[in-house]
Amino acid sequence: MEKSILRLTLNGRERADAVDGNVLLIDYIREIAGLTGTKMGCDGGECGACTVLVDGEPRLACISLAASAEGHDVETIESLAEGTRLSALQKSFHQKLGSQCGFCTPGMIMASEGLLRKNPDPSVEEIRTGLSGNICRCTGYVKIIESVQDAAERKAEGDAA
Amino acid sequence: MSNQHMGKAVPHDSAAKHVTGQAIYIDDIVLPAGHLHGYVSMSPKAHAQITSMDLSAVRTSPGVAAVISATDVPGAIDIGPVLPGDPVLADGWVEYAGQALFAVAAGTESEARAAAKRADITYDDLDAILDIETARAQGSYIVEPYAITVGDAQAALAKSANQLSGKLAIGGQDHFYLEGQVAVAMPGEDGDMLIYSSTQHPSELQHLVAKVLGKSSKDVTVEVRRMGGAFGGKETQAAPVACQAALLATATGRVVKVRLDRDDDMMATGKRHPFHVNWRVGFDADGVLDAAAFDYLADCGYSPDLSLAILDRALFHADNGYFLKNALIRGFACKTNKVSMTAFRGFGGPQGMLGIEAVIDDIARHLGIDRLDVTKRNLYGRDGTRDATPYGQRVEDNILPELIDQLEASSDYRQRRTEITAFNASHSHLKRGLALTPLKFGISFTATFLNQAGALVHVYNDGSIQLNHGGTEMGQGLNTKVAQVVADEFGVPLDAIKITATHTGKVPNTSATAASSGTDLNGMAARDAAQTIKARLAAFAAEQLGADGENLSYADGNVLIGEKTLTFAGFVRQAYMHRISLSASGFYATPKITYDPATRQGRPFFYYAYGAAVSEVVVDALTGEHRVLRADILHDAGRSLNPALDLGQIEGGYIQGLGWLTTEELWWDGEGNLKTHAPSTYKIPAAGDLPADFRVAFFQGENREDNIGRSKAVGEPPLMLASSAFFAIRDAVASVAGNRLNPSLDTPATPEKVLMAIEDIKQRRDTEQ
Ligand code: FES
Ligand code: FES
Repeated sequence: MEKSILRLTLNGRERADAVDGNVLLIDYIREIAGLTGTKMGCDGGECGACTVLVDGEPRLACISLAASAEGHDVETIESLAEGTRLSALQKSFHQKLGSQCGFCTPGMIMASEGLLRKNPDPSVEEIRTGLSGNICRCTGYVKIIESVQDAAERKAEGDAA
Repeated sequence: MSNQHMGKAVPHDSAAKHVTGQAIYIDDIVLPAGHLHGYVSMSPKAHAQITSMDLSAVRTSPGVAAVISATDVPGAIDIGPVLPGDPVLADGWVEYAGQALFAVAAGTESEARAAAKRADITYDDLDAILDIETARAQGSYIVEPYAITVGDAQAALAKSANQLSGKLAIGGQDHFYLEGQVAVAMPGEDGDMLIYSSTQHPSELQHLVAKVLGKSSKDVTVEVRRMGGAFGGKETQAAPVACQAALLATATGRVVKVRLDRDDDMMATGKRHPFHVNWRVGFDADGVLDAAAFDYLADCGYSPDLSLAILDRALFHADNGYFLKNALIRGFACKTNKVSMTAFRGFGGPQGMLGIEAVIDDIARHLGIDRLDVTKRNLYGRDGTRDATPYGQRVEDNILPELIDQLEASSDYRQRRTEITAFNASHSHLKRGLALTPLKFGISFTATFLNQAGALVHVYNDGSIQLNHGGTEMGQGLNTKVAQVVADEFGVPLDAIKITATHTGKVPNTSATAASSGTDLNGMAARDAAQTIKARLAAFAAEQLGADGENLSYADGNVLIGEKTLTFAGFVRQAYMHRISLSASGFYATPKITYDPATRQGRPFFYYAYGAAVSEVVVDALTGEHRVLRADILHDAGRSLNPALDLGQIEGGYIQGLGWLTTEELWWDGEGNLKTHAPSTYKIPAAGDLPADFRVAFFQGENREDNIGRSKAVGEPPLMLASSAFFAIRDAVASVAGNRLNPSLDTPATPEKVLMAIEDIKQRRDTEQ
């Protein structure tokens, strides 16, 4: 496979990497960029564990080609905290026990981030729908939904970005 | 000891790492240059003799470093955890579609996969047994059928005023831990092997890796920091990939990672046992049971794995919370040509309980009595009567009568029953259903010797503490709870304690983190280690500081010695200067338990955990689709060590149980291939499947046994609360035909099955009229 230069913005930094045309976005993120926060859960676009934002929209990195992100703005879980300062969603998932094993959490938070950017004050129903593509096998979702609600309130009160 | 942390709603110790993506799972470990990826080729046949296996084209495929089959295994081929029967790589024949044939190590995963496709293997097909009934008809069993008996069920049945019989087919369940099976093997000097595995059972894995390599346990080290979910699916099922990685690492001398992708994981690894339950019961006019005969037939798949212990636990839970004066409970461990079924949250207990809950349900409808009343009338007694289980243990801590009364009131059960009856009378397509189901779950490994644990605690001379124990973290918060125990022993803040990865070099010979026992066992062992150190410190204080050793008290990072207050760090520093050992191992063996497998009598359980749930559903009688409108749960966690973590277990357990009983369908085709091997066809509950109204509360009480902090185990039991949703669906279906006939509805109650049950009950109603 021919390698070509892939240029994109990853977590606010421009990058140019020589990448095979058939490399998946998740492999680019985890192996080439070395950011392992994004998880592979189902290998097939059905669990949401690999959710990242592309131009602010949730995207499943396991079924996207890295090349499709050419010239776009990709954000992963590693982009949310500023140093040790957690983002609103991160704080809420932490304090409201939105994670148990934590494996779905990065994808869950990125999907929630995408949702809150579009809809800063979602109803419970809207959160359920917004996260319908993200499987969590541990929590039963109650605390995940509470975490998203809590983060929406935090953001409204101006706590964390 | 202070009580500053135990009982508090402390977040999970890894939560900050989970939310930032910094928590490291096996697949995230940075591996040295030159590492390889392993791929395991799987059998396409359910049962066949392998007549030839030509792997030469695989070997010459680009990027391939090694190819191994059974003949290349230096040690033992069999890695059965309890009894033999699980070859690490197929040895002459295959017994299920998905079985490991051979393994390839290559520079990349796709190279390894591509290479594996070039194998040339020929088979002679053999007859495959693919269902429970065929296995029974052919006498295909893992062990001979056996029974637990009390009284004389046959004689009592014959005399009973009322008799009913019925059957229930119970589906299996895939664990769908979000992180699939994965292991990394790192070869060291002298042929030593370091394994990073996502396993609930590091000690067994260590032993099995040593076995396939022809080494001993001292040569193998296993480490696990955390798992991305497990639910029983990583108790024995983590071992094959770890052994295969170790074999490939030995063959190449390089670091090898084996990670199953989701489809392979679902096809290759064991699941919850499907069961058939056939029953015949006798009861009086009030619905009180005189006699019960149960046949529990488990689909064990092709090998023993843990099936015997799982079938035992199913039989131990055939009573759920009900007194059975005369019972014959038979177990059939059916051997089929499917993947070997394995541990899954509840370990047979849920299937056991579901049988008798179906009985209660049918009796209630047969007599025209509310299910809740039949439930209450059959509960174990509280005054030393009606308290003997069929296996001889007395139920000494029964709180179900009280717990159910509380839930009946808090859920407005009677009022809602009236409303639902009225609703159903006035709606022809939408039908509501309501059910309350109790649970009583025995806590302890039923194999008594497994009820032991070890810990290793180091206090450093700056006052910081490193905590090691034999339990593994799979999301349940075990490490957090054990740290709470140790923090209270030393009166230090939680952040003074470093929780480390579970490591076979630190705590040896551990049992699996399973049977809900992780906190009970490891919490006690860690406390024992801490108390050993404290005893040394007390002696030191008495001798050197003139203190009365009994009067040391640890709180707020300080130690109060008589009148004097020292910081904990200052105190341990002084002890160190006086050459006092600040490191200790701890040990715990659960007291009181005994069980004789020959007579099938004894006290297998230290105590019971209880709970009950009320679920209300609405069923669309035209489509069979259903939704849980409201669920009320009252659960017994004793004096909870951490109510926040426990609440998460209860909520998550209910939803996982709901998936098992209503949406998750394992479907094998006529050739024995699992066709539902991805979430597109295997429906796991999503956020939208949560009950619209979900109310969870703790029963106020404490463990009557001296368990850690008087708490109760909470890992498995809540899964069974979801049976209330299944019986609520059954209630809704029965309402279609006037609540008199018992629906034929198996699990999972998918819309398709619900619709069939509705058509069936309508037909029976019409032929009756
Ligand atoms: S890993 Fe991408 S959706 Fe599951
Ligand atoms: S926390 Fe384990 S899958 Fe969501």
